Amino acid sequence: MIDKKVANVEEAIMDIKDGDTLMLGGFGLCGIPENCIAAIVQKRIKNLICISNNAGVDDFGIGLMLHQKQVKKMISSYVGENAEFERQLLSGELDVELIPQGTLAFRCMAAGYGMPAIYTPAGIGTEVAIGKEIRNFNGKDYLLENAFDANFAIVKAWKGDTAGNLIFKATSRNFNSVMAMAGKITIAEVEELVEPGVLDPNQIHTPGVYVHRIFQGSHYEKRIEKKTITV
Amino acid sequence: MLDKEGIAKRIAQEIQNNSYVNLGIGIPTLVANYIPKHIHVCFQSENGLLGMGPFPKESEVDPDLINAGKQTITMLPGAAIFDSAMSFGMIHAQKIDLTILGAMEVSEMGDIANWKIPGKMVKGMGGAMDLVASAKNIIVAMQHVNKAGESKLLPSCTLPLTGIRCVKKIVTELAVLSVLPEGGFQLLERAPGVSVDTIKKATLGKLIIEGDIPEMAFN
Repeated sequence: MIDKKVANVEEAIMDIKDGDTLMLGGFGLCGIPENCIAAIVQKRIKNLICISNNAGVDDFGIGLMLHQKQVKKMISSYVGENAEFERQLLSGELDVELIPQGTLAFRCMAAGYGMPAIYTPAGIGTEVAIGKEIRNFNGKDYLLENAFDANFAIVKAWKGDTAGNLIFKATSRNFNSVMAMAGKITIAEVEELVEPGVLDPNQIHTPGVYVHRIFQGSHYEKRIEKKTITV
Repeated sequence: MLDKEGIAKRIAQEIQNNSYVNLGIGIPTLVANYIPKHIHVCFQSENGLLGMGPFPKESEVDPDLINAGKQTITMLPGAAIFDSAMSFGMIHAQKIDLTILGAMEVSEMGDIANWKIPGKMVKGMGGAMDLVASAKNIIVAMQHVNKAGESKLLPSCTLPLTGIRCVKKIVTELAVLSVLPEGGFQLLERAPGVSVDTIKKATLGKLIIEGDIPEMAFN
């Protein structure tokens, strides 16, 4: 087995530098790579372009990076649960590219499948289509959307082994497994890291070939954005 | 005139047996509470779940299990988890039968605007542009007029579009209307106690009224 294990989060993110493009897994705060975000905040890496479905909240997730003005540009489908984000956007400190959620997922998928681009009908007839190539297939218009090209994909899984194989839990899979396939270098933090052979190969969601570095994270807060219960 | 629960209740009657349904945030979420017992429906949440169940009890709350509105939820027996690419794959492959979502404006051609108001903070389109681009059937749940009293059923949308020629049906506090393929809002039903005249006054787009318009029936 090819060993992907690194000692800790510092080693995992050691070569992320100012100006890099990062993919960050998660949907809202569900399944975000908490340990890597904390380490990037700690290291104060700047001018980052972040591809992530959302931008965290004021004091958690990508919000922590925004708070220190480490993010130059966000590429997301839904933002704004976050006052500091709004302030930086309105003041022009932060650039934001809003794209349809499916397009975000497909542009990751394309990168992971070695495809340069995909066609999607999402955004046809809207401002999202401006300046993009449109092609008609079987009577319906589609937009050409390029695969992402990110220096690093940073994802969080439930279980992983030192060969880099990943298993996700419930809806924390979201963008994590597609982004894991899409990074030039993919960093996976997992709740439980085991030796090869422990995980059932039939249950693997992301094969280790896509993962370059893996470590066991700690102190997961798993903050819930909108706790809703049946009384 | 219907309240939000009433709109949800009326939309619930539109759901066919054995269908896969995606519910948007707001009034559409309430629709799940009014599905008749004999109707089998499977709810999709576009963050990667089919077979979404009700909100959890306090003891069942799992931070790794949320819906697309970021609320904690549960899974029903037979549920399945997948990633975001597969989630939008099944949407674009038209495996999802019905999408129910809110809107700021709908045009008589079936165009929808529901994601952006120029000059205000833009939060993003989320999955809405994907859903409206590919859903086999789209029902809009919304108020007939905005807070300023202006019609939201227009000849053409004034706000930035989410999708074009996609809305099939609209349920408001006043009426049920279908959007005709050649354009125009055909009035199908009135809300209890609402006159055709009231609906005419609240509809700026082309309104088509044929024969007597029945009042909505609730079981």
